[in-house]
Amino acid sequence: MTDILMPALSPTMEEGILAKWHVKVGDTVSAGDVIAEIETDKATMEVEAVDEGTVEAILIEAGTEGVKVNTPIARLSGGDAAPASKVSPAAVEAPKTTEAAKAEPKQTEQAKAAPVAASAPAATSAATSSGARVAASPLARRLAEINKLDLKAIPGSGPHGRVIKRDIEAALAGGTGKAAPAASNSAPAAEPRKVQSLEQLGIPAGSYDLVPLDGMRKVIARRLTDSFRDIPHFPLTVDIELDNLLAARTKINTALESQGVKVSVNDIVIKAVALALKQVPEANASFTPDGIALHHNADVAMAVAIDGGLITPIIRKAETKSLAQIAKETKDLATRARERKLKPEEFQGGTFSVSNLGMFGIKQFASIINEPQGCILSVGAGEQRPVVKNGQLAVATVMTVTLTCDHRVVDGSIGAKYITALKGLLEDPIKMLA
Amino acid sequence: MAYDLVVIGSGPGGYEGAIRAAQNGLKVAIVERELLGGICLNWGCIPTKALLKSAEVFDKINHLGDYGLTGEKPGFDFEKVVARSRAVAKQLNGGVGYLMKKNKIDVIEGFATLEPGKDAPKVIVKLNKGGEQVVEAKNVMLAVGARAREIPAIGAVSDGDRIWTYRNALSPNRMPKSLVVIGSGAIGIEFASFYRSLGAEVTVVEALDRILPVEDKEVSAEAQKAFEKRGFKFRIGAKVTKVEKKGDAVNVSVEVGGKSEILTAEGCIVAVGIVANTENLGLEKLGVEMDRGHIKNDSHGKTNVKGLYAIGDCAGPPWLAHKASHEAVHAADYMAGRKLSNLNPPIPGCTYATPEVASVGITEQGAKEKGLDVKIGRFPFKANGKAIAAGEPGGFVKVIFDKKTGALLGAHLIGANVTEMVQGFCLAITMEATEEDLQGTVFPHPTMSEAILEASLDADGRMINL
Repeated sequence: MTDILMPALSPTMEEGILAKWHVKVGDTVSAGDVIAEIETDKATMEVEAVDEGTVEAILIEAGTEGVKVNTPIARLSGGDAAPASKVSPAAVEAPKTTEAAKAEPKQTEQAKAAPVAASAPAATSAATSSGARVAASPLARRLAEINKLDLKAIPGSGPHGRVIKRDIEAALAGGTGKAAPAASNSAPAAEPRKVQSLEQLGIPAGSYDLVPLDGMRKVIARRLTDSFRDIPHFPLTVDIELDNLLAARTKINTALESQGVKVSVNDIVIKAVALALKQVPEANASFTPDGIALHHNADVAMAVAIDGGLITPIIRKAETKSLAQIAKETKDLATRARERKLKPEEFQGGTFSVSNLGMFGIKQFASIINEPQGCILSVGAGEQRPVVKNGQLAVATVMTVTLTCDHRVVDGSIGAKYITALKGLLEDPIKMLA
Repeated sequence: MAYDLVVIGSGPGGYEGAIRAAQNGLKVAIVERELLGGICLNWGCIPTKALLKSAEVFDKINHLGDYGLTGEKPGFDFEKVVARSRAVAKQLNGGVGYLMKKNKIDVIEGFATLEPGKDAPKVIVKLNKGGEQVVEAKNVMLAVGARAREIPAIGAVSDGDRIWTYRNALSPNRMPKSLVVIGSGAIGIEFASFYRSLGAEVTVVEALDRILPVEDKEVSAEAQKAFEKRGFKFRIGAKVTKVEKKGDAVNVSVEVGGKSEILTAEGCIVAVGIVANTENLGLEKLGVEMDRGHIKNDSHGKTNVKGLYAIGDCAGPPWLAHKASHEAVHAADYMAGRKLSNLNPPIPGCTYATPEVASVGITEQGAKEKGLDVKIGRFPFKANGKAIAAGEPGGFVKVIFDKKTGALLGAHLIGANVTEMVQGFCLAITMEATEEDLQGTVFPHPTMSEAILEASLDADGRMINL
């Protein structure tokens, strides 16, 4: 199996558009066959296969912009394990486009990632986003280990983009490539920090099975580590009584029965989340270095667990959609997410996330901010609980929700205002008609 | 016509830089006042190796019995030994001419001087065939080399008869029965080794506290022992006060430890370093910046004058052909705007005596002076199967690693064939190998190169065969 990597048209090219595929999955290619066309603002180039084999997977769809150099774009089977690129030292596992983890796929992340201060003009990053083996000299490896640097975050200036001693020295001098702190946006990709091996921590080799990190796992590890470490976040928790909502849901589902549509509590939560965002637009926001982006629409991303990870398909402009529409969309998106058939635009670019672990009986939890969204709502299980009403003990169906806020954009009072609005809509769903 | 580059001097720096520039698509001319290939091919590296090979074979034949062989007592025809050396030089000189033609490089025979110009200094060549040619180019590369240092104040000047520099020693007018060699660097030691093999009584005078002073101290000590075994005499820490021809002899006055002594021999070789050939080039008029007699250049070979580069011996030590070639090729790539590896690889040094000495990188004392924390491994050839089988058990491999990072910092070898072995270390340093890489490499058995593996293991106290 061989990965075909995004080639560099020029020494300075960092990303380009994968304009066109000339092959499809299942096609047999031989060395020299034109398989794709790559565009930059300067040129269009045909990509030729270096190895022969059968196209096993197209990893980047035609028309995708901002594809970083050395990103695996397709996978060939049949060849030997040699890298199939003229521009990259090596490549191993790469995630499929549809495998992108929580929030956004890797190529989008890379497009956002600020390039690390380059030590030499022609330096190219030796790493691929997906954690492929980094070309580095033995000494560079040792120095990175001693100084706890992430080799993937360091541009290599040696032969074929190899990371060499002077690159490590430049990274140390410039404070880049830190494996631990302060690398949030500069690292093209990261694995969990490797400070000590399991063996060093007393867990003997052979006493566990090692599941290799696939692309999605690496993206999850990196994005959430960065988010949890770098974003000042805080949770706000409220209890929401669901009896009115459940009654309304029963009526709605009866009405929709003929259409074959069934609205879930989660669908109503999504609708309420969107409407509440219209009421408190400050909560529908993203932090950027240039300012706070206040989003026009409530594009609600819902976390869907899939084999090997999770993904967050998006219900666009949820504030404009009927519950029936939302129910149909969530069902379709969730199904296709589990089949890993989502298109990038279906899981890239939400403005607010909802994560629901109620079906597992989880009472309360606080999710980690899904950059660049300003808030994420964690929805617990609806259950009958004792409540006090007018000084009397009563039984109500109650659900605990927690709003995790990025304090850079959503302060406590805004978060509270938003969650109060949400509570109002969910406890009295007729308000959603208002 | 205007050139992209004019190279002045066709030694191993100049001609290789010219070829690389031509490969890069530049229009190139090269100016040579004497012979293509410069000193290296004609009066240095190559012809001395030819002489030393004759000496080595002669040494071996003189020890036929060691290998269970019998034969008549061998002799030599000194003129033929020298003639062979000259023939080798001539062959390679022709080879450079072919390379210039192949790469469409115009060869201009004459002496160049520089005058201020537009993009780069203007080159005026006083042609060997008579007349003058003005050559204009976008870039000029000085690859004018160096020559033996002579010290007129004490009479250490070639007289072409009894007092020689390397150049006389390569085309000698006679085989001296006794010889004083002033200077124990590579050049002095190689000639001492050659003439000693052919039977001359040789005394080597060194001003510093040990022979081969640029080498690691352990190597210097081992070398002195080996040479003394071959009958060399040494005057170490000795100051030469006078070199004087007296009839058919040369008297070399030396002071050692406060005592004066006069060494008398049939000949004397002055090998006390070199001086750059920077005179009469017009450098003063251009305001070229100098550094201790050499042209000052930067890491790309650029001088302070626009369009003017300087590489090789004329631009400073180490005065070695491969250093000149590397600098010239790098500069040719730089001026063509090509991607540079610019790894500043360490420059190896070799002395082709019997035994041979080779080294690359830092010495143990150099590491100490720099305050580096190092670990050192050694392995003697007397414990190496191939060396014993070959009857060459002398010498050792010494290797120096950074203690913390394991980086290979230096390697020092003495013994048979070590000049062909040191390249492994050069490659390893250039690729930034650590001790683990050397320790984990499979070396072919039986070879003398296995000593590299063992010495690397010894740095961690894990040597197998001793």
